[in-house]
Amino acid sequence: MPAQVITLTSGKGGVGKTTATANLAVALAAEKSKVVCIDGDIGLRNLDVILGLENRIVYDLVDVIEGRCRLKQAMIRDKKLPDLYLIPAAQTRDKNAISASDMMRVVKDLRSDFDFVLIDSPAGIERGFRNAIAAADRVLVVTNPEVSAVRDADRVIGILESEEKGPAALILNRLNPALVKSKDMLSPEDVLDLLAVELIGIVPEDENVIIASNRGAPVAYDAKSRAGQAFRNIAKRLKGETVPFLDLEAQGSLWERIQRLTGRK
Amino acid sequence: MEDTKSLLQIKGIRDGLLVSIDDAPWEQQRSALLTQVDSQPAFFQGARLALDVMTQVLKVDDLAELRDQLSERGIFLWAVISESPTTEKTAQLLGLATRISKPRPEEARQFSIADLGEETALLLNRTLRSGTRIEFPGHVVILGDVNPGAEIIAEGNIIIWGRLRGMVRAGSAGNVAAVICALDLSPTQLRIADEVATTLRPRIDPKPEMARINEHGKLQSENWSPDR
Ligand SMILES: Nc1ncnc2c1ncn2[C@@H]1O[C@H](COP(=O)(O)OP(=O)(O)OP(=O)(O)O)[C@@H](O)[C@H]1O
Ligand SMILES: [Mg+2]
Repeated sequence: MPAQVITLTSGKGGVGKTTATANLAVALAAEKSKVVCIDGDIGLRNLDVILGLENRIVYDLVDVIEGRCRLKQAMIRDKKLPDLYLIPAAQTRDKNAISASDMMRVVKDLRSDFDFVLIDSPAGIERGFRNAIAAADRVLVVTNPEVSAVRDADRVIGILESEEKGPAALILNRLNPALVKSKDMLSPEDVLDLLAVELIGIVPEDENVIIASNRGAPVAYDAKSRAGQAFRNIAKRLKGETVPFLDLEAQGSLWERIQRLTGRK
Repeated sequence: MEDTKSLLQIKGIRDGLLVSIDDAPWEQQRSALLTQVDSQPAFFQGARLALDVMTQVLKVDDLAELRDQLSERGIFLWAVISESPTTEKTAQLLGLATRISKPRPEEARQFSIADLGEETALLLNRTLRSGTRIEFPGHVVILGDVNPGAEIIAEGNIIIWGRLRGMVRAGSAGNVAAVICALDLSPTQLRIADEVATTLRPRIDPKPEMARINEHGKLQSENWSPDR
């Protein structure tokens, strides 16, 4: 079966695109899917760091595109998961080194060998973003429950709609149920009410995310972490399974409402 | 330099813009298109573009380069129409459409606002998301929401069959009789002619409302009911 090509993007920077890409890759590969991630953030690579593969980089995406190496040579195999590969971004070269067509060519060559191609997009809506979405079959928009992040997500969703990239799905990252309850944070309901797109996952704020990323072993490996569980659930949903949303708040009333909103029971 | 503009015809069609380029060497056609785009960036920004290149024979590199150049300018090339089978094949390889529903003659007619008079209305059947800006010299009717970060500027009235949470300005040329109506009137900012209101709060229980300038010259909102 040919790969599903999924791009993670956000508009606003720092909301968790790279974290989500790494964690979904780990969660999918741990469930026996063949996965390759592409770091589309040329000049600011960090997907390799979060995956703990930094020291293995010899060639990168720009080397492939400019013909300095074959595609296979730039694919780094994960230390723990044999079905997980990374194509790193160039660290220093300028952002204009690749075009949308280059990206589509690379992805086309990967499609037949993988179940999932995950592309981590840079922040913003400029060239790097356009390259990252050019080859996508499906786009996941990552946002935080903050007014400015949601507004940028809205803008990106508008662009995806006008380019007919199919309906985007939303990952709401860094939700703090206690703050939602005290009305100091936008609720998932508020966010969905504005964005009017499918919700594919809610990831709680969790310090284990930062600890795990610094160790180069994404939190999706951590069986006890709630954020890890949330990412594993999103991975299952990407495979077409129906998984109930995490009951992050013991009382559950908020979560019942979300499940009603998104049509999941 | 040759007059590049005469090479191009641009038409609005249901799916976006259709640009037809007269026969000429490809370099000339390409630069005519890019020159035109660069001279009216606001018009082309965000457009979906179908390109009719007549008999031009194009290779993958030619079309890929053009698509990238358009993409950098915020334009989405989705279709290439050509009488050359090579070009058609190239377009298909790149995942571009090679047929568009040909506009019926009356649909393709170009309207100019001046022909239609000041009672023209623009009807948009969608939600305006953040970053969208609509400017129109008549009335504007939206069937959908106007999200925060979206903006509408109309010389006439603005009617929103949905929630208004962005910025709107009616009567932008100074018409104090212009009105703004919405099913939920909770704008970031609302202006009629030169009066500005920023204090309209989101309602717990929104009702359809109409904002207008009252007899004392102040902006006010009242229930929007059909029996007015
Ligand atoms: N659920 C979470 N809980 C706690 N911290 C998180 C969570 N998700 C992400 N973070 C932290 O937020 C920071 C930014 O995350 P990340 O680098 O993934 O964002 P990004 O969207 O890729 O940023 P950029 O736009 O710069 O590429 C990191 O320090 C990460 O560890
Ligand atoms: Mg990142």
